Amino acid sequence: MLSGRRRKGYPAEVEKKTCTTKMAESSEVAVERKHVENKKKAPKRYWEETQNATKKVEAEKSSDESKQENTDKEKGKLTHDEWRKKKKERTHGKFISGKTDPFPGDAPIPEERMKKFQRGNKLEVPAGTRLKLRETLTRSEAGSDLAQNQSARYDLLLTEDAGFLEGEEDEDTCTISQEDIAEAVDITSGSKYFNLHLTQFGPYRLDYSRTGRHLLLGGRRGHVTCIEWQTKNLMCEINVMETVQDIKWLHSEAMFAVAQKKWLHIYDSSGVELHCIKKFNDVLRMQFLPYHFLLATASATGFLQYLDVSVGKEVAAIPTRCGRLDVMAQNPYNAVIHLGHPNGTVTLWSPNQKEPLVKMLCHRGGVRSLTVDKTGTYMVTSGLDRKLKVYDIRAFKPLHSFFLPAGASCLSLSQRGLLSAATGDIVQVYRDACGGAPVTKPYMAHRVRGTVWGVGFCPFEDVLGVGHAEGFTSMIVPGSGEPNFDALDMNPYRSTKQRQEWEVKALLEKVQPELISLDPGMLGKVDNATFEQKHKERVEAVGYDPLAHKKFKPRMRKRGRSSAGSVEKRKNKVAHEDQRDVIRKTVGERMEKEKKRKESAKVQLKGGELSVLDRFKKVG
Amino acid sequence: MSSKSSVEAAPAVMAAEDNDEELSSLEDENVISASEDEEGSEDERKHTKLLEAISSLGGRRRMKQTERSEASLQVSEFSVAADGAGEKVELSDLLGTMEKTPGAPNKTKKQLKNLQNRKDTLELPLSKQETEKIQRGVAYKKSSREVSRWESVITQNQKAEQLVFPLRQDPTGHKRMEQVVAGWKARTPLEQEIFSLLHSNSQPIHDPVLTPVEEASIKAMSLEEAKIRRAELQKARALQSYYEAKARRESKIKSKLYHRVQKKAKRRDFLKQFEEMVKTDPDAALEELKRMELSRMQERMTLKHQNSGKWAKAKAIMAKYDHSARKAMQEQLEINKDLTQKLAVPSEDEDEEKNGDEEAGALPDFVNDPEPILDPVNPWMRGKLSKEEPEPEVEASTEARDEDLEVQQQQEEEEEEENEEEKLLREFERKRKLREDEDDDLVPVPQEEENQTLPVAGAEQASSIEVSAEDGSKITDNNDEDKDDKVDEDDKDEEEEEEEEEEAEEVVSEFNSLFNRLMKSNTTPAVPDQNEGEELLDEGLVRVQTMEDLEALRKDRTNEANQEASVPATDTPTAPESASEPPNKKKRRRKEIDLKKVLTKQATVVKVPLAPTVLEEEEEEEAEVHTEQAAIIKEAFAGDDVISDFLKDKRKQEEAGRPKVVDLTLPGWGEWGGLGLKPSKNKRRKFRKKVAPPPPRQDKKLPAVIISEKRDASVAAHQVSQLPFPFQNPTQFESCVRTPIGQTWNTQTTVRKLTAPRVVTKMGAIIEPMSREDLVPKQKSNEAKRGAAILLEEKRERGKKKGSGGKRALQQKKKKMQKQKKTKE
Repeated sequence: MLSGRRRKGYPAEVEKKTCTTKMAESSEVAVERKHVENKKKAPKRYWEETQNATKKVEAEKSSDESKQENTDKEKGKLTHDEWRKKKKERTHGKFISGKTDPFPGDAPIPEERMKKFQRGNKLEVPAGTRLKLRETLTRSEAGSDLAQNQSARYDLLLTEDAGFLEGEEDEDTCTISQEDIAEAVDITSGSKYFNLHLTQFGPYRLDYSRTGRHLLLGGRRGHVTCIEWQTKNLMCEINVMETVQDIKWLHSEAMFAVAQKKWLHIYDSSGVELHCIKKFNDVLRMQFLPYHFLLATASATGFLQYLDVSVGKEVAAIPTRCGRLDVMAQNPYNAVIHLGHPNGTVTLWSPNQKEPLVKMLCHRGGVRSLTVDKTGTYMVTSGLDRKLKVYDIRAFKPLHSFFLPAGASCLSLSQRGLLSAATGDIVQVYRDACGGAPVTKPYMAHRVRGTVWGVGFCPFEDVLGVGHAEGFTSMIVPGSGEPNFDALDMNPYRSTKQRQEWEVKALLEKVQPELISLDPGMLGKVDNATFEQKHKERVEAVGYDPLAHKKFKPRMRKRGRSSAGSVEKRKNKVAHEDQRDVIRKTVGERMEKEKKRKESAKVQLKGGELSVLDRFKKVG
Repeated sequence: MSSKSSVEAAPAVMAAEDNDEELSSLEDENVISASEDEEGSEDERKHTKLLEAISSLGGRRRMKQTERSEASLQVSEFSVAADGAGEKVELSDLLGTMEKTPGAPNKTKKQLKNLQNRKDTLELPLSKQETEKIQRGVAYKKSSREVSRWESVITQNQKAEQLVFPLRQDPTGHKRMEQVVAGWKARTPLEQEIFSLLHSNSQPIHDPVLTPVEEASIKAMSLEEAKIRRAELQKARALQSYYEAKARRESKIKSKLYHRVQKKAKRRDFLKQFEEMVKTDPDAALEELKRMELSRMQERMTLKHQNSGKWAKAKAIMAKYDHSARKAMQEQLEINKDLTQKLAVPSEDEDEEKNGDEEAGALPDFVNDPEPILDPVNPWMRGKLSKEEPEPEVEASTEARDEDLEVQQQQEEEEEEENEEEKLLREFERKRKLREDEDDDLVPVPQEEENQTLPVAGAEQASSIEVSAEDGSKITDNNDEDKDDKVDEDDKDEEEEEEEEEEAEEVVSEFNSLFNRLMKSNTTPAVPDQNEGEELLDEGLVRVQTMEDLEALRKDRTNEANQEASVPATDTPTAPESASEPPNKKKRRRKEIDLKKVLTKQATVVKVPLAPTVLEEEEEEEAEVHTEQAAIIKEAFAGDDVISDFLKDKRKQEEAGRPKVVDLTLPGWGEWGGLGLKPSKNKRRKFRKKVAPPPPRQDKKLPAVIISEKRDASVAAHQVSQLPFPFQNPTQFESCVRTPIGQTWNTQTTVRKLTAPRVVTKMGAIIEPMSREDLVPKQKSNEAKRGAAILLEEKRERGKKKGSGGKRALQQKKKKMQKQKKTKE
């Protein structure tokens, strides 16, 4: 909440500084359009629609009334809602005083907001359906309607708005320097722009914790540090005395993983080494899937491995056969791992399949970096061909292609869809790069001291972290962070106790790795595989065909010869027949071998020394 | 007779042996035992036994011979005729004696005759099986009717979203004490004992809280009334206590002056009373007069005012110097004079009267009327005394009079106070009486007042809201609306409040619309300034009275503005659209996309404000041309390589996905086989098993994408493998499952509703099977209850709304009742 308010502070302040007329171009256009609309039709009263709606509702009610009455009589008691409805019907929306309610019924919910909470399409119940089916369907529809309505209503409680940056009429926002912004905004927000000069231990990679409070920095030459970056409180600082390829927070800020020169190490927040996982070697990039508690690693040997950090088990190790894997991203929507390859392809992986779910050719040169947005709609890639491409990852279709003069080495998408691309030592931020019209110029740009090695937006904050050769830069990007956080999911202001409780809950709600697939709604669908297919899979899973051999069932015999004892005897006669066959065979083979050996020994004994020509002798 | 018959029976039996072989041996024995007393019969028995034995010897086994006999001790052998054995017994044989007997009634004879004449036979009774079948059918019908009564309940319960057990739950909320007590029964021995004690002492048991009188009183008085009455009583009691306290205080006052004044006042009062009494009740007045006389006499006797007392002597000494003392003395003397004055003797009176009579001849009648000033000494006898009072005061000295006046004023004030209190008390009394007369009436005044005040208050509120809105709390408008919505949702059901809200809402909404319009006009820069000027001017000319007028006015104006500003407005939005849309459209239209085209698609060049330093450095360090060329070459080669590789890969995948044709041709079958001979084409065609082509690949239309067609079996383990029962197709099931019900995605209320349990039981409550009483009567009672509740509500509302009307009706009722009572009396 606090952060939101602070963020809100930006625009006004910035405007004061830069703008003389406060009108933005976009808003002007919008207004004119409205103007045109006015010309076309008579101005619509805001109450008209609602009245019509209520009329309809009333008509429906009246048609349903006859049915309802019966059921009500049967039931004998009314729920509160029904009672209210009835009362309304009685009074016909009028009060006893004779006045009519100008806003009858519940307050209407904007359609856009309703759409936001729509889950799947509504099912029309066909006419000829059976009673029971119709009942279940209508009931479930009513339930989902209720859920949608309620959620849309409660959306009102998300009061915070995202910030934005606005320049003068001729001024590009990308020319506004970070210093100016930091000066213009309030002190707390201004303090979010800072530089860490760490020249000694080489280019830095970074990772923000999911709450956005903690920052993890890993210098290439072994410097690992975690900071509570808002308070600038140093939690730990160590040098692992090895090359550090990548770093990643695990599910909470208590633990983090470091991909070192040889193996994967896990440290706690005070810098104590907890594990050295030797199964994961030569790791170059890592991704953590928070809802599955999976740490996915891509190694130089071409292996994609999944580590379940809740139980410490390796879930899957997939040989990708695509060479060195140093470009990696995760799709937060369906937990699929995206890998970029030097041959310009991007492959999508789940731990359940040994082959890529999707392989798409994105660039003519190698893929340098890629990132996927929060909703799982867009994938942004950059390649050696100096192009930046935006894909609709649901349909695997390219949307935009931009040519960056220097190409982009690091990409990152913020919670609200701002794209940051690092070209050399410049960090550019694009707004609306994914959807909408193609972008011609960046929203913001900032030059850092050294070559950029890693970029990452801070969750729930308007901050972009840049790790580079000369240290770390935290820059302010208004409008990048999500202003409304879900405290049950990720609470930036949580206490230790709350964190612990969240941890337990999250572990209980952990999603199994088997459920990772391109469509996360797979679980709610009916498995329509044929019996043969299922049988085949079963055979593969079990290792043999359980239906291949029919169980021996002794024939029924008369005159007391089918007594339990005799049946059992007969069964025993046939039991393990196949095994016995095998045994007989192997025993025979062994015997033969033995014989041969003996014979050859005899021959040897007979012949004494072996002559050169013995090899041409036929052995019986 | 019996002995005869028994004797005769034996030969008859013997004769009938052949015919009746199946008669039981038991009877046989009986007969034998019956005739045991005679020796001859014993012999006979032996003889028969012998015969039997002989006959049994004869190879063929004979059935046991039986004999017909009568089971009595004295059976005569001769009574039953043997010759009649074979004949049928006719009804006439039996009834023949009837006609001979004289005692038989005619009626029975007739009936018997009729019987005789009837020839149709009785039907055979149904066989056991059939009767049972019919009985079963009837029983089945009955029981099925019984059972089918439950059907609706069962289906209802099956349909119900939620069942709450136990079915009969006591209504939540408060119960009346009487109900609780009435429902209670003595269970433990102690309780029973207590109850028996109560019973023996004829104490109320079932409804110990209220006696009939109390109930009646409760019925007679509503709660509000009771409250009012209680308040009244409280006030009365308080007043009484004040009175008492006051009296006590006054009694302790030692000021003589005060007491004197008091006495005077009392006297005055008394006089007034007396005067009235004379008018109304002369007898009582006479009585009073007598008493007064007595008291006067007593006072005379006491010599109190003779100026001989200690006090009087002291005063006499002081009188020379002290003015007040002198005055007091004078007063004393006055009183003394009064007292000692000889009263007019009745005879004298008569004389006077006579004189008067004498005079009456000369004078008119009115002279006899009492004259106010004539007799100042004895005021009691005169009619009007009030006018006399000032005179003695006039006589008193001026100073004293002043003091007196002051005191009097005080006293009068006090009196006034008293009067007020008395008034109140009297009022109470009156009210009580009224109440007793007219049973329960609410006080109409406050309600009327409310009614009067309400609209005023509403108006005031509205005006205040208006004012506040005008003050400029424009941002809060939405909030206000929201609040209103919330209030609506809450639905407090208080009409008055709602009215107020409505008014407020109306005001707010009007304000909102106005504000919005204002905002629009502000935010539309397209409207030129001169228009605004016109608006201002227009406002002066046309008076806008309603919102509609305003709207229309605005519309006209905006239209004008649009016409003016149409050219630039149309230009601006189209330009960017034309720039942005075409690539998307093309993509959609073209289905077969050329891979190379996709990859080498025209990319929009992004202008970067800051040139990357690295490149610059490179350029500085190395030759520009060389690097560029190298990059170009690398890019070109890489691109070619990449695309072809990818296409190959894709083709391979497609091949792998395609099912293979199975060749089952066996060479040599049906034709010549051997080295160098191949089976014929026809045969090969015949034996090649073609597999149905697989469904089209997902990436069929995506040239740059390979989508794996492999089925992911791991999810399948968690999926539903068979369509659950009520659903007919997977889409139905999927749509039912699509909405999450967890707390993460839903509000609290929704979760509670969606996850409500199917069956709810009450902890510790016994769930009894549904009884038959639950079926029908319950509904009735429920309905009745509901009806009653509704009625009550209506009554209440009516009482609230038009209290006076209701009251009137009640009064009328009461009156009727009273009349009835009177008539009964």
